Amino acid sequence: MRKWQCVVCGFTYDEAIGMPEDGIPAGTHWEDIPESWNCPDCGVAKMDFEMAEI
Amino acid sequence: MDIVIIGGGLAGYQTAKEIRRTDRHVRLLLISSDSADFYSKPMLSNALASKKTPESLVIKKAHEMAAELDIEILPHSPVEAIFPEKKEISLGNRSIGYSKLVLALGADPIRLPVEGEVLSVNDLSDYARFREALAGKKRVALLGAGLVGCEFANDLLAGGFDVDVFDIASQPLGRLVPAECGEWIRANLKGVNWHFGANAMRFENGMLHLSDGNALPFDVVLSAAGLKPRTGLAMNAGMACGRGIMVDRFLETSSRDVYAIGDCMEIEGLVQPFVMPIMHASKALASNLLGNRVALRFPAMPVVVKTPLSPTVVSPPRPGSKGAWHAEAEEGGVKSVFLDEGGKILGFCLCGKYVSEKNSLSRALPDLL
Ligand SMILES: Cc1cc2nc3c(=O)[nH]c(=O)nc-3n(C[C@H](O)[C@H](O)[C@H](O)COP(=O)(O)OP(=O)(O)OC[C@H]3O[C@@H](n4cnc5c(N)ncnc54)[C@H](O)[C@@H]3O)c2cc1C
Ligand SMILES: [Zn+2]
Repeated sequence: MRKWQCVVCGFTYDEAIGMPEDGIPAGTHWEDIPESWNCPDCGVAKMDFEMAEI
Repeated sequence: MDIVIIGGGLAGYQTAKEIRRTDRHVRLLLISSDSADFYSKPMLSNALASKKTPESLVIKKAHEMAAELDIEILPHSPVEAIFPEKKEISLGNRSIGYSKLVLALGADPIRLPVEGEVLSVNDLSDYARFREALAGKKRVALLGAGLVGCEFANDLLAGGFDVDVFDIASQPLGRLVPAECGEWIRANLKGVNWHFGANAMRFENGMLHLSDGNALPFDVVLSAAGLKPRTGLAMNAGMACGRGIMVDRFLETSSRDVYAIGDCMEIEGLVQPFVMPIMHASKALASNLLGNRVALRFPAMPVVVKTPLSPTVVSPPRPGSKGAWHAEAEEGGVKSVFLDEGGKILGFCLCGKYVSEKNSLSRALPDLL
């Protein structure tokens, strides 16, 4: 399981935790998150900015 | 040129990206007074502790952006005037014509009337200067306990500095959050020396002098007193400006074929200097520029305060909303909701453990626009 950071606002996505509130179950790999996904904190779309692995 | 964008920040670039999603052919020129290197401005207030250099905050160089988006970019080129009736802009030594013009000019830091060397951090070169000033130093005074001030305070603490925050208000984030939340933030940003109701006058020979006659020693003074939309260029060209460059729901200014977006823009009395509004507005703007009229809609857009010591997310009610804040506090956090007379939720502020309720509460909020 890895952690990713939004390069625009610093939001971190932890694959181990997922985002259950957003319908993304714990354990979802970053690659498996749909392209239409937006950063919950700043709204940047996944297709615009790859998150950086931390 | 078909479309000219002035400004190489997030608003300018995001507009170019949205245009390219639907149109690969329209000719696009982006002009910027800075280097037009693409960087994340929000990261400026949490980069110090993690020892990020200004260079490492650059996501892509201007020439890489030009290639990727298939646009022309003119960096280091301040636009000096706009002539809407001729559909021309002037760069001093040359003029450029446009069919449609986008103003994505950003905002200037508000300068407090404090004498002496006071820094502010609003772009990459400011950040470079700030880092240099801090090298080998320890004591930092922050003027302003707003969103950006609190973020810098947290980052400086994490970086091992002594931090004093001064504000004429009586609590942190005074303009955004109710007293209970302000108090929680104050208590949880542990290590900050707060000076509320304090008015700094002058920084001289390493001493910061206050209006009450006291003076305290500091190495560096950083001002974070808010932003003022850049309206000068538009105002000189006769466009209607309030606090920002005024646009209608289609992002058009009072001059035909001139549009505005981002921190410089005002729409129906709202100035929203954050990333999320740019994401929404750039989609509508691209559509309108390409001749497909779309009215801008803003959902509620909660703002996450980047203070790991005092996690906070706030969605203030629209200015002028009637109602009141209702707070509940438990060990580990405060939750305050702004309710109208009918009990409908118009805004919220969540601190500590309550930040996890952001998404569910956001869904209950009315659109901002
Ligand atoms: C320290 C800090 C932290 C922040 N944190 C957050 C956060 O956590 N979340 C969030 O949502 N928002 C945050 N923000 C706000 C967010 O960064 C801004 O809303 C956003 O970056 C604004 O983008 P912009 O393109 O409108 O303006 P800018 O990025 O300021 O771009 C303006 C551009 O216009 C150019 N320009 C200006 N005048 C001229 C001219 N006459 N000719 C040519 N070019 C010109 C400038 O050179 C610049 O390239 C933060 C802001 C700061 C300062
Ligand atoms: Zn983000």
